[in-house]
Amino acid sequence: MGKMGQQSWLYNSAIYINAAGTAVGPLEAAGPLGESFDRTYQELHCNQDNWELAERQLMKDAVHACLQKSGKDRSEMDLFLAGDLLNQNVTANYVAKELGIPFLCMFGACSTSMETLATGASLIDGGFADQVIAAVSSHNATAERQFRYPTEYGGQKPKTATFTVTGSGAVMISKQKSNIRVEAATIGRVMDYGTKDPFDMGSAMAPAAYDTIKNHFQDMGRSPKDYDLIATGDLSSVGTPIVRDMLKEDGFDVEEVHNDCGLMIYHSDQPVFSGGSGCACSAVVTYGKLLDDLASGKYNKILVVATGALMSPTMVQQKESIPAIAHGVVLMREEGA
Amino acid sequence: MSDKFVQAQYNKTIKNYQPKPNYFWNCLKAFIVGGLICVIGQAVTDFYVNVLNFSEKEAVNPTVTTLIFTAALLTGFGVYDKLGQFAGAGSAVPVTGFANSITSAALEHKSEGLVLGVATNLFKLAGSVIVFGVVAAYVLGMLRYTWQHFF
Repeated sequence: MGKMGQQSWLYNSAIYINAAGTAVGPLEAAGPLGESFDRTYQELHCNQDNWELAERQLMKDAVHACLQKSGKDRSEMDLFLAGDLLNQNVTANYVAKELGIPFLCMFGACSTSMETLATGASLIDGGFADQVIAAVSSHNATAERQFRYPTEYGGQKPKTATFTVTGSGAVMISKQKSNIRVEAATIGRVMDYGTKDPFDMGSAMAPAAYDTIKNHFQDMGRSPKDYDLIATGDLSSVGTPIVRDMLKEDGFDVEEVHNDCGLMIYHSDQPVFSGGSGCACSAVVTYGKLLDDLASGKYNKILVVATGALMSPTMVQQKESIPAIAHGVVLMREEGA
Repeated sequence: MSDKFVQAQYNKTIKNYQPKPNYFWNCLKAFIVGGLICVIGQAVTDFYVNVLNFSEKEAVNPTVTTLIFTAALLTGFGVYDKLGQFAGAGSAVPVTGFANSITSAALEHKSEGLVLGVATNLFKLAGSVIVFGVVAAYVLGMLRYTWQHFF
């Protein structure tokens, strides 16, 4: 128990997900998982004056929905772990300011969702906190400005591009029993296979997802058969077949159980290029639909591998390649809660 | 793990996974949209010449202004970026694309104030066009001058 193999953690005590909250923008609300979100906005501004405030509103909504469902007050929380995609993680910082909960800010690009959840669970396991809230957010327009061009700029994007999910997901964990348990986690290594195209993050992140999933199986002595679902964060329609083929070459056939949150969140006819991306992509899918499916018994055990391209526009302009990381968390259904 | 996915081969291997751009269709779309923007420009010039009795030379400036104004308006209404995704160079190369790059930057940075937001970032995308436009004009001007002077 505790550390398993090189980079996996099997939590000594039983850590449970007590509540989760999600908030999304218009395109996500119109997608196939629209029904599973707690709060949806019909307009990208989310009734705010600018994009950054809109993203902050989404994270506030997600955290509040999570707290409301847990029936707990924020003063009872020991720790708030959060991150987003903007410089200095401003969304998380400003939400933390309002919450007044002791705060650890985290950045792992789009892998932050599982990074915060895995870290939070380990801190509870270690006895440093009893109740933790983990949250992440991303917003299509703030991400466009941060990483690409002004929102209304008419530059043409290639088909390999991904579409940043507008939304936020929050989750509350503690040792208090519920029917969904956080069982284990695998912390990823930074992988860089030398891709340089910021409009093809799926290819950049696939090796990181492959490495984390493969090491998870080896560390834990498990195989794809042990899971009802292995969900990667935002590999899109480009990275998804790459990671499947890479794993297949190592003898892990995940085809039957693998899906990608970036492909689940939108209908195939929505204008999102090769699929969804962003911190919120894995967060709102996991904390919405996947938790629902675990609770209902559709799944018994799932592995969520949030993938993050650690991309900086400055580094890309300096001709550096794009490093990527992936963190996995095992969620399982527990009877008799 | 076969050679296919080793680091050195990775960039080559992933090409098989990336959807191919349809160059012919993209060129056709760019040609049609870019051409249509020029046709509209010609129609505006004709309007100034025939209806408002400008000379052909006098009509140039108001025509450009009209196109820029329309493109800025379409940017504000959230139409031009969709046109850009469809037409690519067809809507980026004409003066309307230049107007879009300036208006979109202005809109984007409005939240940071008029001076440090809008004014500072106005030419964020268009700046390079201006720099290379001026440099190219200078080089060409010098060549032309030298040519005329010596030959």
